[in-house]
Amino acid sequence: MSEAREYKYVGTRSIRPDGYDKVTGRANYGADLSLPGMVWGRVLRSPHAHANIRSIDTSKAEAYPGVFSVATFADFPDSARDVIDLARNCLAEDKVLYHGHAVAAVAARTVAIAEEALQLIEVDYEVLAPVMDVRDAMLADAPVLHADMFTGGLAETPDTASNIAQRMEMSKGDVEAGFAEADVIVEREYYSPTVHQGYIEPHACTVRFDESGQSMIWCSTQGHFDVRANTAKILNMDLGSLKVIASEIGGGFGGKTVVYLEPVALTLSRKSGRAVKMIMDREEVFMASGPGAASRNLIKIGARKDGTITAMKARLCFEAGAFRGSPMGPGCMTVFTPYDVPNQYVEGYDVVVNKPKVAAYRAPGAPQAEYAAEMAINEVAAELGIDPIDFRLQNAAKEGTQALYGPTLKAVGLVECLEAAKNSPQYQTALAENQGRGLAAGFWFNIGGLSSVRINMNPDGTGTIVEGSPDIGGSRASMALMAAEELGLPSERLKPIIGDTENLPYSGTTGGSRTTFATGMAVVEAAQDVVRQFKERAAALWNVTPEQVEYTDGVASNTSGDDKLTAAEICAQAERTGGHISGTGNINARGAGPSFAVHLADVEVDKDTGKVTVLRYTAIQDAGKAVHPSYVEGQYQGGAAQGIGWALNEEYIYSKDGLLENAGFLDYRIPLASDLPMIDTIIVEVPNSFHPFGVRGVGETGIIPPLAAVGTAVSEAINVRLTDLPCSPPRVLKAIHDNA
Amino acid sequence: MAKTHVSTTVNGDPVEFLCEPSETLLEVLRENLNLKGTKEGCGSGDCGACSVTVDGALVCSCLVFAVEAEGTEIGTVEGIGSNDQLHVIQQKFLEHAALQCGICTPGLIVSTKALLEDNPNPTEEEARYYLAGNLCRCTGYDKIIRAVMDSAEAMRGGA
Repeated sequence: MSEAREYKYVGTRSIRPDGYDKVTGRANYGADLSLPGMVWGRVLRSPHAHANIRSIDTSKAEAYPGVFSVATFADFPDSARDVIDLARNCLAEDKVLYHGHAVAAVAARTVAIAEEALQLIEVDYEVLAPVMDVRDAMLADAPVLHADMFTGGLAETPDTASNIAQRMEMSKGDVEAGFAEADVIVEREYYSPTVHQGYIEPHACTVRFDESGQSMIWCSTQGHFDVRANTAKILNMDLGSLKVIASEIGGGFGGKTVVYLEPVALTLSRKSGRAVKMIMDREEVFMASGPGAASRNLIKIGARKDGTITAMKARLCFEAGAFRGSPMGPGCMTVFTPYDVPNQYVEGYDVVVNKPKVAAYRAPGAPQAEYAAEMAINEVAAELGIDPIDFRLQNAAKEGTQALYGPTLKAVGLVECLEAAKNSPQYQTALAENQGRGLAAGFWFNIGGLSSVRINMNPDGTGTIVEGSPDIGGSRASMALMAAEELGLPSERLKPIIGDTENLPYSGTTGGSRTTFATGMAVVEAAQDVVRQFKERAAALWNVTPEQVEYTDGVASNTSGDDKLTAAEICAQAERTGGHISGTGNINARGAGPSFAVHLADVEVDKDTGKVTVLRYTAIQDAGKAVHPSYVEGQYQGGAAQGIGWALNEEYIYSKDGLLENAGFLDYRIPLASDLPMIDTIIVEVPNSFHPFGVRGVGETGIIPPLAAVGTAVSEAINVRLTDLPCSPPRVLKAIHDNA
Repeated sequence: MAKTHVSTTVNGDPVEFLCEPSETLLEVLRENLNLKGTKEGCGSGDCGACSVTVDGALVCSCLVFAVEAEGTEIGTVEGIGSNDQLHVIQQKFLEHAALQCGICTPGLIVSTKALLEDNPNPTEEEARYYLAGNLCRCTGYDKIIRAVMDSAEAMRGGA
């Protein structure tokens, strides 16, 4: 990659290609497809947090007028056992593990009939004691969710079942020696609650089962190839007999990477012979889709008076929900990565509890883990009397730092982000009474992986970019800009579309901040393939070799003569030179560049009510290269807003019986327009040498720093070190009173 | 149960439909009239994705019974802008990149139009409170508020 490269399209703020459809209401989302003869599916959900299912009798529901089919776990074939946790989360087998766990489903002529029929299904439950907190679940005498779960990752696998699915540890250096050198040590346990991604579009699908091998799923998902793989596995279908079409997607943030409805809907369709549509209502989304994990994380950090951190230690305990698989692993891998400290030790626990199985939520595991670490870092800096930016600069990870999880970092932008924070207008302003300022850093790996792209050129020189990555936040605009840069054609003449599972080979999920990086690389490769063919076709028309053809700014030139042909002219004559032109880029992208961020939060606390107001906010992050700066800023701002919500208001509230009490947007309050200030952004660009334009993923890191930035700002404002999220009015008020 | 016959006007077009007494305006708009630009995010009036106007008043269509549409004039996102010309609010949302996933966008555009008809020169704070009933989870509202303020200026003839 050439850092000196000047861009014509990359870095501009084009109008997104799908924008017209989205501001006019024409764009079709998960709930927007209807098919002839379609019927409606609804789900019966567990009223208990933890219970054995003795029996399910669906006979009355099946006989109810207007009902077309009923499904339970018993309808899944044996292949479902290969992905048993996933299958049992779609429909419980012999045990319900959380309030809202799906037990059975009905397809009927109308939603109302389906819901009436659900009431006729008789389920005999043996109610068990629920386990609602990771700390309780880890106790030796805790009720056990899975009789066949034995803790993995220990020197010897225990012979007693436990709620601890997995333990892991990582270390480098000698932490105890490091703590012995420290002048100041901070050790605290931090709590972060179960939170929801809060996408505004509920899960939805319309499906049609077809015996002849033409089955179809239309759904809102971050990854339709994975919907196909998981559904086909549960239902024992060939991949080639199931087409999945990704609708437009109304938000996901990691939460739409899992199947909940699709295998159930397809089963109802198979049994009824009808197309089936299923839409979760908002209550179901909160109760039964995968939220972000709650955690209790113990952090210990030691530093010398001169500001050198000597040792860092963490014990991370993450809730997985009903089935194994919390993001404890990435939590362990990210928790201390912003710091170049020789002595580090991290251990992590993946623990099941009677809550919905967690799903990814934007940098899964990192906000929880780094919240704890950054709160402790700020406390150490305060005890040492060192500015929190200077303290971080002194210990910051940079090129050559070996991360605890293995790799040695290439060029990264943490130092640049810290310096930008120090120079930001916000950091220069003074605070008034009852106000506080907090700063925190964040690290996320970003991933690459499999992406497939084809660019089809039309006879008039326009083109279609067929990609396999659902566009969740404007990525089509970036794809068009990257293709335009390589092809030398205006981005408006290149139309990106999301191909279905039959249009392209496998493409990975839109997640892990991978789309603009990895699918972008595939777009560049496909565009370069087109350029190669442009040269060949021009060479054929001129009777020269392709090596004698140069292609710049959309024009091919004969270096051995005066001939010139535009891309459109080459496309127009493609019939004469071998047929129409398309380029492919099917890649497994490596070299995702880590993304660091630093956020600054100023808050004011009303000491009579405990209400926190965010006065001012700046989000700073390394983008490598911002392909479309507006949508990069949008990722920073959106991540900041979600993180502010997590810090101030959002949490799942359960009764003592394990029933979810706030399954709606009124009581699970995500930030409103009136809750937030403008969110200032600073785009730092330290290029990622593995990407042709230097791109790093930007989607996830922005949700990591707000938790500790806001948490620290509130702590500063009330002069009490808070440890538990959210900093909601009751909790803030209690902290003020307890420390008065 | 007999269905109820309703005569109404949607985006200026006379419309008739049959509905159950329990059906919401949102359900009828989407399923009977195939106007799927109006979205359902919560069904409880908390998210604003289903915002429409009834006789000029901004409402959540999930909280209005379809039978209440009798004799009224309904405005949905499909009635904003024309086939060959986006409304200035729609144009400003695109220019400011005020949408990411876009599911809240139709509701926000309907609400912004109602705001600016009500108050052509809102302060930022007034805009934020007027639009507090429209949840957006992607943007953090920054670019939405900029698009709204810029739309207001353009509609007043300032730009």
